Amino acid sequence: MEYDREGPQLPTARGPISAAVGAYLLGAGPLPAAETVAEAPPYGDDLQLALYQCYELHYRGFAGVSPALEWDPGVLGTRAALEDRFLSALRADTPVHDSVAEAVGALLIEPVDGKGVSHFLRDEGELWQLREYAAQRSLYHLKEADPHAWVLPRLWGRAKAAMAAVEFDEYGGGRAERVHARLFADLMTDLGLDTAYGRHLDAASAECLATVNMMSLFGLHRSLRGALVGHFAAVEITSSPGSRRLAEAMRRTGAGPAAEHFYDEHVEADAVHEQIVRHEVIDGLLEQEPWLAADVAFGIDATGFLEDRFGARLLADWRCGRSSLRTPLPDPRHAAREASHTS
Amino acid sequence: MPNSPSDAPRRVKVQRRGPLLVEGPVEVELEDGTTVSSDRFRVALCTCRRSRRYPWCDTSHRPRSSGSGDGPAAKG
Repeated sequence: MEYDREGPQLPTARGPISAAVGAYLLGAGPLPAAETVAEAPPYGDDLQLALYQCYELHYRGFAGVSPALEWDPGVLGTRAALEDRFLSALRADTPVHDSVAEAVGALLIEPVDGKGVSHFLRDEGELWQLREYAAQRSLYHLKEADPHAWVLPRLWGRAKAAMAAVEFDEYGGGRAERVHARLFADLMTDLGLDTAYGRHLDAASAECLATVNMMSLFGLHRSLRGALVGHFAAVEITSSPGSRRLAEAMRRTGAGPAAEHFYDEHVEADAVHEQIVRHEVIDGLLEQEPWLAADVAFGIDATGFLEDRFGARLLADWRCGRSSLRTPLPDPRHAAREASHTS
Repeated sequence: MPNSPSDAPRRVKVQRRGPLLVEGPVEVELEDGTTVSSDRFRVALCTCRRSRRYPWCDTSHRPRSSGSGDGPAAKG
């Protein structure tokens, strides 16, 4: 069987489901039993990693795994069962606003004394915490805008044109050195992190995996196009002020020019993207398909729900002086700092 | 945007609360005579004068409340 010779390594299993999926991808065992999946905690490490492995076949795949398995009926069946667990939990647990206007409106109010991760990093974040943050966020940022590109064929008219324009900006406006994923790799270099795609998957928490899995879930299903648009809007609306705080954190800790630039760029770019996504993508979509309004609101609020869980996990670890990562960062230049801060 | 016909009038979108949206690229002449430029496909110009990246919008026009939280991501 033809297989990918390069690419990220398959991650270390976190339980029976992710172990079975990993083994199947290598041709070394059966897929997980349906009853095992049906009982798995929907936000847990095992289910989230198994789902992440299934989704990654649609992006860069894994070294030693056949690219043809992207459309393997067995993998797709397992993926559907995992998605069902995850999506059902998200629908049940997300407090959803009654209307899109209310969901958007809630995001447009800036808290004066915010207590989120970006506030923490701005005010008291240390370099080792910025490195951990970047390592976990790299799961998304090294494929920044990719999960959202899936929605383009599902939109048309004003919504499609505007969504494509924002994506074009995310992809550097045609210039490779300005692709946002590349800008993030440059930030990682400033922080002394390995920039290889997929390198930090083992280190990322289940809470982090869930935020990225949600994007792939919404992006890969046409039936969830409303949720994808809502999710994208939530990210763009909250990005600008959050990025300003993170840029300040990078400046204060002397992280480096590329680290500052990534977030500075997002302050400005996303102030524009927010306007376009609100007025063109959301309004354009709902003009054509008004029945998707509830899903747009769900996408906005589910994003907030999962981001809050991820943020709470990071802060809970950091406030105890504990590493937020499952595996320590390997960079020898920071070995001393790691040793004093990771558990 | 790259495919806009060059002879079409340049569109500017105004709103009561929020930045002025202009099709890019633009050059902006500031009060002190200096010019700054942006080659984004769309540019958001600050109208509330609160931006720390003036003349570009940085969302400082948003209302503020005494709540807490981060909101969703720090970027996308």
